[in-house]
Amino acid sequence: MTFRTLMTGTALTLAVAAPAFANKADDILHMAVTKELESVDNYYNSAREGILFTRGVWDGLLYRDPVSGEMKGNLATEWTWIDDVTVEFKLREGVKFHNGEAFNADDVVYTINYVVNPDNGVKVMTNVSWMKGAEKVDDYTVRVNLNAPFPPAEDYLASVVVMYPNEYYAEVGPSGMATKPIGTGPFKVDKVEPGKRYELSANPDYYDSPKGKAKVGKIEIKTIPDMNTQVAELFNGGLDFLWNVPADQAEKLAQMDNRFDVVNAQAIRVGYITMDAAGAADPDGPMTKQKVRQAIYHAIDRQAIVDALVKGSSQVVNAGCAPIQFGCDLSVTTYDYDPEKARALLAEAGYPDGFEIDFYAYRDRPYAEALMGFLNEVGITTNFNYLKYAALREKREKKEVAISFQTWGSYSLPDVSAITGEFFTGGPLDDAHDPEIMDWVKKAGSITDRAERQALYSMAHAKIADQAYWVPLWTYNVNYVLSKEVDFTPTDDEVIRLADFAWK
Amino acid sequence: MAVFILKRLGLALLVALTVSFISFSLLFMAGDPAVAIAGENASSEDIALVNERYGFDRPMIVQYGDWLGSAVTGDLGDSWYFDIPVTELIADRLTVTMKLGLFAITLALAVAIPLGVAAAANPNSLIDRFALFLSVVGQAIPSFWFGLILIVIFSIKLRLLPASGNETWAHFVLPTVVLGYYATPAIMRLTRAGMMEVLSSDYIRTARAKGLRTRKVMFKHALRNAIIPVVSLAAVQMGFMLGGSIVVETVFALHGAGYLAWESIARNDLPTMQALILIFSTFYILFTFLADVLNAWLDPRLRVG
Repeated sequence: MTFRTLMTGTALTLAVAAPAFANKADDILHMAVTKELESVDNYYNSAREGILFTRGVWDGLLYRDPVSGEMKGNLATEWTWIDDVTVEFKLREGVKFHNGEAFNADDVVYTINYVVNPDNGVKVMTNVSWMKGAEKVDDYTVRVNLNAPFPPAEDYLASVVVMYPNEYYAEVGPSGMATKPIGTGPFKVDKVEPGKRYELSANPDYYDSPKGKAKVGKIEIKTIPDMNTQVAELFNGGLDFLWNVPADQAEKLAQMDNRFDVVNAQAIRVGYITMDAAGAADPDGPMTKQKVRQAIYHAIDRQAIVDALVKGSSQVVNAGCAPIQFGCDLSVTTYDYDPEKARALLAEAGYPDGFEIDFYAYRDRPYAEALMGFLNEVGITTNFNYLKYAALREKREKKEVAISFQTWGSYSLPDVSAITGEFFTGGPLDDAHDPEIMDWVKKAGSITDRAERQALYSMAHAKIADQAYWVPLWTYNVNYVLSKEVDFTPTDDEVIRLADFAWK
Repeated sequence: MAVFILKRLGLALLVALTVSFISFSLLFMAGDPAVAIAGENASSEDIALVNERYGFDRPMIVQYGDWLGSAVTGDLGDSWYFDIPVTELIADRLTVTMKLGLFAITLALAVAIPLGVAAAANPNSLIDRFALFLSVVGQAIPSFWFGLILIVIFSIKLRLLPASGNETWAHFVLPTVVLGYYATPAIMRLTRAGMMEVLSSDYIRTARAKGLRTRKVMFKHALRNAIIPVVSLAAVQMGFMLGGSIVVETVFALHGAGYLAWESIARNDLPTMQALILIFSTFYILFTFLADVLNAWLDPRLRVG
């Protein structure tokens, strides 16, 4: 961290006088992603970096307005729930794929039936496994059948379930789609160098979609793994847009207000501490005692960590969910930062001198170290174990982790079923195994009545807080850095919509 | 000679096999590959599906056997991450790394050998001190920092060279300098030490006494003998550069095999990792072998062994 700060400082000092190259003139927006995409085929990619590509090139049947939250038609114009497990879509007529193929019911039926087939091995099965399949009613009417009632169905149809051209995909398959992607979206793909570089250009025939037409002529997306190099390219005029810039670098760039705009927005990802309440890792361990878990809650000054390290528009959350998610009830029991109370609770639980425990984390090491600092302060001596995500997850599934710092991005889904439904329904990562909560959350995940769902999630979040099963920490945030010529307003779901980019 | 080569090949195969087995086991210990493939946000159902699809639930030794069986027939499998044949993926990346490695070692040798010779010929002179300074600085500064400084100067300030990518020869200039500079100090110090030792030997004194020109003594008689350990070192450095150019490739976004290896470890992309280990170890063995041949040519006494 210190070294990076030093490096950025050096770069900024030396570069401050350099004039910017204008990319507005040639109408090409240059941006970078840090991670190599495994594939640009939406169904064979699990990286967040792929989302911007997906939403730019393909469309779903629906579209959720990121500001109002309103659900609108996209490739569909109307939709009706026939019953809890059937929804009928009237499709938009006159839409053409980038290769000229006309869009109709056959494309929807083909795409959905292809992705739900486990033999085709799409990468994130949970994105599609809630559907049973699709059937054609007529050329512009389809029915999507669900396996069971699934409340966030519309959110999935507005985000990760995008429509492919049936004839083209049948011919080229995932490997062809990965090198020459064809969609209906606001941008068409001119060139793909897998993992390295993608060139997109505005789709002149784009229909009147709620996404809006592309406002820049071309977009070039490069993979540059090192953030310092990205910053250098920004100075060089080689990039117009950076994403996920660490707080310290963003702060320095923001000070150079004659050249760049730094915009910060919340992300849907939240951080939390998991504790082995059910005693699976250690049946008599300290984490099984409610007072110890409450002591941990009181021991940590979450606001101080947000102010000093997480920064940006992040906020402390009292329930383990992002405030923009449906069902996220933050009006639960809160635990103030009170180290004295924490020590007293530990003593009441039978640990007047504290105890020693292995503390696990897989990302954001400085945050994890800050958390441990607070725990050590009240007598909980933590041995730090920093592992790769895969290794830590495996350890947790094997019930070998009594306490850990975790984060979850909910696949950008604005519904708590994507987080509470994931961790409190008795699965291998459920440390509470509270039958009452399991019942509520399972029920909330299988009914469609919004009021009833909200009530069930509220009950669950209230009990999670009372029992201190988790210590919810904070929402994450994202720093976007834009050259002065670029006009872009980020949204709180961390989804970059390419059609929103414009020149000033 | 044929027996010698066959023995060396057999040994090379054994080394490659051992390395591949160790790396296979280590990667399995690094965590469930299914989690790495399914991604950080994957649900337990996703992970179970991946386990089933890739057969990760089978014993490790069975999976290794399967891999080895296919590898023998030239099939290195598909990358778990990119879902394309590993050979296809590596071919492209290896070209970049090979280019970078060759440029860098050429630059390193072109700078280090003359400088080492000059330093040895003029001990404690200005040039000797400069060589020592260069060597200390070269080893002390981290390559990513050096890379970024070069980017700031040549890419941002002077706008002469690109900061990232591998499209043209110009993209290779800065990474070559960084990687080459990294290899320079060791080669230079060894050249200097070797030359100093040789220059104080009897046959050089004799050559000088016979009235041979200094240039002839230095290059024809002294350097030929002093360079033998340098050749071995350069071979090791070259092997090291192929696998170890990760930092340089990351800083300059070169998308080479070194960076791919690093990323494949992080992603638990076993087939890619295994193939790269096999290729890197083969290159390493090949370079060492070539160095032995070159040394035997340089010094006929070595041909006996």
